[in-house]
Amino acid sequence: MRESKHLSEEGIAEELPEGQIFQARHLSKVYQMGEVEVVALRDVDFTLHKGEMLVLLGASGSGKSTLLNILGGLDTPTNGHVQYRDLVLSTANENELTIYRRKHVGFVFQFYNLIPSLTARENVALVTEISDNPMTAEEALELVGLEDRLDHFPAQLSGGEQQRVAIARAVAKRPNVLLCDEPTGALDLETGKIVLRALDTVNRQLGTAVALITHNAAISALGDRVVQMSSGRITESTYNAHRASMDEIVW
Amino acid sequence: MTPLTKKMFRDLWHHRGQMISIAAVVATAIMTVLSMRGVYESLVTSRDAYYETSKFPDVWVQLERAPESLRKQIAEIPGVASVDTRVSFLATINLDQIEKPASGLFVSIDNPDAMLGRLHLRSGRFVRKWDRDKVMLSEKFAITNSFEEGDSIEVVINGQLRAMEVVGVAISPEHMYIVPPGSFFPDNEAFGIVWMGRQTLSALDNMESAFSEAVLTLQAGAVEEQVKADLDELLKPYGGRGSYGRPMQISHQYLENELKQNKTMGTAIPAVFLAVVAFLLNIVLRRLISTQRQEIAVLKAFGYSNADIGRFYFQFSLVAVLVGALVGLFVGVWLGDVMIEMYKEFFVFPNLQYKLSGSLLFFALLVSILAATVGALGGVRNAVALPPAEAMRPQAPARFHPGIFERMGLGTYLSAATRMVLRNIERRPMKSILSALGVSFSVAILIIGLFMFDGVEYMMNLQFNVAQREDISISFNRPLTPDVELDILRIPGVAVAEPFRMVPARFHSGHLKKEAGITGRSVAHELQRIITADGDIIPLPLSGIVISKFMADHLQVRRGDRVSVEILEGRRPWREVEIVEVVEDFMGVSAYMEIGQLHRLVGGARSVSGANVKVALGQQEKVSRTLSDLPAVAGVASPRSTYEIFQKQMSEGLFIGIFFLIGFSSVIAVSVIYNGARISLSERGRELASLRVLGFSKREVAVLLFAEQGIITFLAIPIGWYIGYLLSQAIALSLITESYRIPLMINFDTYVYAAGITLIAAIGSSWLVRRRLDRYDLISVLKTRD
Repeated sequence: MRESKHLSEEGIAEELPEGQIFQARHLSKVYQMGEVEVVALRDVDFTLHKGEMLVLLGASGSGKSTLLNILGGLDTPTNGHVQYRDLVLSTANENELTIYRRKHVGFVFQFYNLIPSLTARENVALVTEISDNPMTAEEALELVGLEDRLDHFPAQLSGGEQQRVAIARAVAKRPNVLLCDEPTGALDLETGKIVLRALDTVNRQLGTAVALITHNAAISALGDRVVQMSSGRITESTYNAHRASMDEIVW
Repeated sequence: MTPLTKKMFRDLWHHRGQMISIAAVVATAIMTVLSMRGVYESLVTSRDAYYETSKFPDVWVQLERAPESLRKQIAEIPGVASVDTRVSFLATINLDQIEKPASGLFVSIDNPDAMLGRLHLRSGRFVRKWDRDKVMLSEKFAITNSFEEGDSIEVVINGQLRAMEVVGVAISPEHMYIVPPGSFFPDNEAFGIVWMGRQTLSALDNMESAFSEAVLTLQAGAVEEQVKADLDELLKPYGGRGSYGRPMQISHQYLENELKQNKTMGTAIPAVFLAVVAFLLNIVLRRLISTQRQEIAVLKAFGYSNADIGRFYFQFSLVAVLVGALVGLFVGVWLGDVMIEMYKEFFVFPNLQYKLSGSLLFFALLVSILAATVGALGGVRNAVALPPAEAMRPQAPARFHPGIFERMGLGTYLSAATRMVLRNIERRPMKSILSALGVSFSVAILIIGLFMFDGVEYMMNLQFNVAQREDISISFNRPLTPDVELDILRIPGVAVAEPFRMVPARFHSGHLKKEAGITGRSVAHELQRIITADGDIIPLPLSGIVISKFMADHLQVRRGDRVSVEILEGRRPWREVEIVEVVEDFMGVSAYMEIGQLHRLVGGARSVSGANVKVALGQQEKVSRTLSDLPAVAGVASPRSTYEIFQKQMSEGLFIGIFFLIGFSSVIAVSVIYNGARISLSERGRELASLRVLGFSKREVAVLLFAEQGIITFLAIPIGWYIGYLLSQAIALSLITESYRIPLMINFDTYVYAAGITLIAAIGSSWLVRRRLDRYDLISVLKTRD
């Protein structure tokens, strides 16, 4: 059986092949919405590589958010196997998932989800205080160009700035992977670009793998690879011959 | 049903936890109003009717002996409507079935139909003036000792043992609350009222054609003070002990005290609960309205008026309040019945029932609707003020500031999580303060309730274990020479005998006066001691007088001052005496002197009026019997048995009391903390979900959510202790009477219990919210806009 390939006796998986961070096999997810069953993922195979910038494209309801949530340990698949390095996420318990989120993965959402009662610096510190080898809150905010907004509360920051605080907060723990669900969805063009540039910087400078969900095809040029989803399946996976820089992107 | 009404019921259902907790507070408020105030009203109505139909006297006076012919002169005092005279005295009753000595207040009856303070017959018949050896007993005494008509009862009057036939059982408006002399607690087994035909009773006490007590009613508009002064003047040659009005009549005084307490508690407790209701409705509705901004905008866009929207939210809070009021109505009426039954244990009425008056019901409904209105006001104003376009936009992020600790420069020591908690508390200081105040009342209610028990227990313990250490206390029916001590010591089983003299007196200071007995004792005596409210023992001084603080306050005198003492017996001399000590005691009004000094003060022959006795182990019953049979002994009492009865009654009362107190306190604590936590969860749900995504465990997130309620609870506890202390002080002050004063003594345990019960309620309510937090769907929270 393919699922058990990476599983040892104790249920702890063998390391993934060199260069891979995530591996998902035959992944499916069915939601029970009242009396209706909604199939969000159908038999998806998926791999994410170290340091990769991946763009996930698809219409709303195509399953890309579900995939991302399962990779991030926020949700569990109905069927199939999903593994992060030596941790099998599909069978991990609540505690293992909490530790996994705490140490290895960073999230950025469309709505910034900052803590309104904490300043930019403190929002980042919230994470660095519980991580093993974090950068300082100041370093993380400098990385996203907010070194002069350290002591501002969310209510004193623009949407773009808030989203960059969210990115700084996600990367401060030096995660191996950054999962971004429509991070520019609520932003205008110019602000969106600043946010994407911050993600680009994180990926290039820290070597953090980034999985970026968007329904804006123009952004796809930014990725090393573009995965297209539709009706819960991966319909296309292509490598960009040339990964564009931020300045080349227009939409 | 309009769509808006449907929405209201669905919203109510959706917020049922919060609505139920608010309704519970309303129910408690209404319950306490209807029970306590209802009981108060029922007692007042029954009492007034009873006083009216029984011709309850306005003025009483006891004297040594006056000829019956004086009655006419009393009746001629201006302002007097009617006069009745009696013979009354204390005497011993022999009861085979109980071990301790029993005694009774023997009162004569002339004409049961024409007397003042008319008796109400419970069974059998009235005794008549000429009836020989027939008695009527007071109801509680008869029931407790199983006396029925036809039974025989042995009484010892002036040393004569007489068997009397019980012909009837009755109750008297002057004895609705019956306490043995010197006690303040009923002892239905060992003390009762015995009514006897005037002729027989007079003969037994050598009082033919004479009386020792007169009672009067006054004409409308009569000046009571003047009548009493005239009466005292008239009775001076006859050993008048000083007349007094209803406020000094023991039974009336206790009932009045109870009524006062009921009225105060029945107002204060519901007021606290209704304030909590208004506060809770306010915070709950504000939150509800802020989550329903968009719905309100849509309704307004569809053409619903501000009045419609306002009415909607007002009705929303009204439903919760009315549901609570309805529950409170039923429980309150039930509790009122229960309380009335409890009152019947202590106060005897001819016909006492709990009656809920229409006006009280109306008042209760009115105040609960008022609480609903006040509570709804703030939230409704917000909803109405919101322009539709603005309402459709999400609310701007909340503004925060660095908290007080950070402004003090302590910020670097606080983790980001701690700062979150502190800033949330500080962001809405009013809400935090009111929440803390609410919780602190839950602590305070327990303290004021338990304090009553602590104070009374403390008082009784000091009184019966420190101050009165005699096994038996006897009173003589006439003055005896001091060498009676030797006679008593000769009785087998008696270890110590300490005779004392009690002299009725009136103290004067300027125009102020106060009646009190002066107790004279030897300084070598050890059985009875003078104690202060702190439990300190005050040695009896060799000269001068020691008086109760209650009397010192009344006379406006201090230690070192001199007062005039009018002795109310013998040749009735007036003397000056120095106050050498003022003692803050808590039972009766007392004055103490060295016995030799007292003899000199009174003049005439040295005599004693009673003795305190200590007996050898196991000899109590035998010695009591021997003493009761002595001709000169009027009454034999055992302080210890009084204390035992008190403790038994107390522990029963304590159990019921604590049950309700815990209920009251928990209702407040749970409703404030539960609603606080629910609102926090609703306001900060996405914040907490973010933390979960960032790698915080469920536990850590729960700690962050409940830290705020936890801090509020911890702040509330000392505040509650303090409020409880202040309220207890106010209650203690309001209950100061001539008969007893409850010391402000709150046990350490009480503080611990109060805090503990509130903490348990807080933890319980957090647990309810924690379950909800655990079920939170991380993803859906984060993906929606606030």
